[in-house]
Amino acid sequence: MSDYLLQQLANGLILGSMYALVAIGFSMIYGIVRLINFAHGDIAMIGAFTALAALMAADLPIIVVVLAVLLVGAAVGLAIEAVAFRPLRGAPQVNGFITSLAVSVLIQNTGILVLTAEPRSVAFPAFLSQPIAGLPITVDLVDVLIVVLAIVLMAALGAIVNRTRLGMAMRATAENLDVARLMGINVNRAIMAAFAIGSALAGMAGLMWGARYGQIDPMMGFLPGLKAFVAAVIGGVGSIPGAMLGGYLLGLAEVLFVGLLPPEYAGFRDAFVFGTLILVLLVLPNGLLGRAAEDRA
Amino acid sequence: MSGTARGWSLAAGLTVAGAVAVWLATASLNNYLLTLIAFAGINVILAVSLTLANGLTGLFSLGHPAFMMVGGYVAAILTFPASRKGFMLPDLPDWLAAQQWPLLPALLAGGAAAGIAAVIVGFPVLRLRGHYLAVATLGLIFILRAVVNNLDGYTRGALGLSGIPRLTDLWWVYGWAVATIFVCWRVKQSSLGRTMMAMRENEMAAACMGVPLARTRLLAFAIGAILAGIAGGLWAHLVTNLTPTSLGVFLAFQIVVMIVLGGQGSITGAAVAALGLSAIANLLRPVEQTTGLYGLTQIVVALVLIGVLIFRSQGLFGSREPAFLQGKAVPSLPERQPATPDNTDPQRGST
Repeated sequence: MSDYLLQQLANGLILGSMYALVAIGFSMIYGIVRLINFAHGDIAMIGAFTALAALMAADLPIIVVVLAVLLVGAAVGLAIEAVAFRPLRGAPQVNGFITSLAVSVLIQNTGILVLTAEPRSVAFPAFLSQPIAGLPITVDLVDVLIVVLAIVLMAALGAIVNRTRLGMAMRATAENLDVARLMGINVNRAIMAAFAIGSALAGMAGLMWGARYGQIDPMMGFLPGLKAFVAAVIGGVGSIPGAMLGGYLLGLAEVLFVGLLPPEYAGFRDAFVFGTLILVLLVLPNGLLGRAAEDRA
Repeated sequence: MSGTARGWSLAAGLTVAGAVAVWLATASLNNYLLTLIAFAGINVILAVSLTLANGLTGLFSLGHPAFMMVGGYVAAILTFPASRKGFMLPDLPDWLAAQQWPLLPALLAGGAAAGIAAVIVGFPVLRLRGHYLAVATLGLIFILRAVVNNLDGYTRGALGLSGIPRLTDLWWVYGWAVATIFVCWRVKQSSLGRTMMAMRENEMAAACMGVPLARTRLLAFAIGAILAGIAGGLWAHLVTNLTPTSLGVFLAFQIVVMIVLGGQGSITGAAVAALGLSAIANLLRPVEQTTGLYGLTQIVVALVLIGVLIFRSQGLFGSREPAFLQGKAVPSLPERQPATPDNTDPQRGST
């Protein structure tokens, strides 16, 4: 395998890690309340700016920054759920996603209002951008940390969902909300947990985005957020392992599309992603690991 | 306006009253205000035309800006001065580079192109439901943006077309707004419109009653796209420049806001909300500029939208038209229920 291809695969893996983290939130929230949260990508933006604030203003150690981003992400997710989505529970689905679009516009413009639309550079500690020696390709320490941290977080998520009572409640609520409630499960808590966990992971993806690309702005979350939704669709919306798989597949596919085709196709990068979405929905509407939705009168 | 003599005379009266208002405006207001009013009129065209798909048929599309882009670029290339096409748009075939059309045929060509694009795109995309359709049509904006960016011999790519002749004036916008409202109103009152509403309420039941789902969906989508294409042409000849990013997600959001505020499925509602929202945006703009609080308008609009969805999800008019415009020939349909037990059934896909 040539070094060039190896480098592209590494880049795809890094991008895929971020997509996967955001896609998980899409899938968890959809799985439980049947809502596509368009504002999910903007939570990643908030995560990125939280990291910026924690690094610049307080100069906190990186571990603390990571924890702060997770906490802020979760808090924002809980707030959005309580203010915008809980009053709409039981309303037609269309209303839910129009609301989420409004929340997205609200977050972006509040960002512009408070922070201006100017992109800012995030200064992470210098040791993070040291290249790893002895490899045929260029990989910085931060890249390795992104991939490792993403895997650790996904493993933790798997443990929560599969091994704890809260996780069991979440799975039951996703299976059938009304029956879960009849069984005495605190459905509200399960829904809040889905928003909190999903949003914390999205915030983390925002921190990673800033660490890898160096620049952040209030609009940064929307397009990657939509792409992460595409990743969730590829994996099957509602399936957490599917979201992880879809995230990595989309990250790799996007990077390879740009890296392997002649340069004049590079401008079609976004078109490629959304073309893929339409194709996947037509050929494989339930994604790779999703379950078929029944259509009843 | 429901086919009765009374309806027709009311329609004619309103059209004339509007024309008088436009005449008074052009005679007394300055250019800046006229431009703002023209933008509001274009918003009316956009909101009313999107009502067919989003409001009546229940197909939640966010792709209107994409069709505007198609219509806008086609119309602008056609009206562009032939003398400047040669060096600005080098890849145009010679027969096309020699053309310099007046506004009306160019708008119609743009609308037709948008309609054709909608039919081509509609075949795959309209099989999707709910959120999937929303994201796929949002994706259309990004796909089209990439195409326009990369066909720079035809479109000047990211630079955009500038120096488009300023052919749109208030009369053009008013004429097309009246035409759009007329077309959509007649569709709504026809059997086609009833078919669309039946699909919105319950697709499977509609299919059982013999409604051709695919055809109706495509019609709702394509008629809306043709009108959006024309609106795109008007927009391009009002702003006089058009870049791949001028028509984007924010615009899609704003059109949706107008429809939701007006009541999904109400043509009067969409038109009133489009005018009202344009007025609010124009009133808040000076506030934004003097205080430096950029983004304030969007924040207000988003908050209003969330509030409306929570406290009055049927919007201003629900799916109806105000009674005095309805005539009495058509019995009004029952209101859409804001909450049906179906929607909380997790086994069910998107509605």
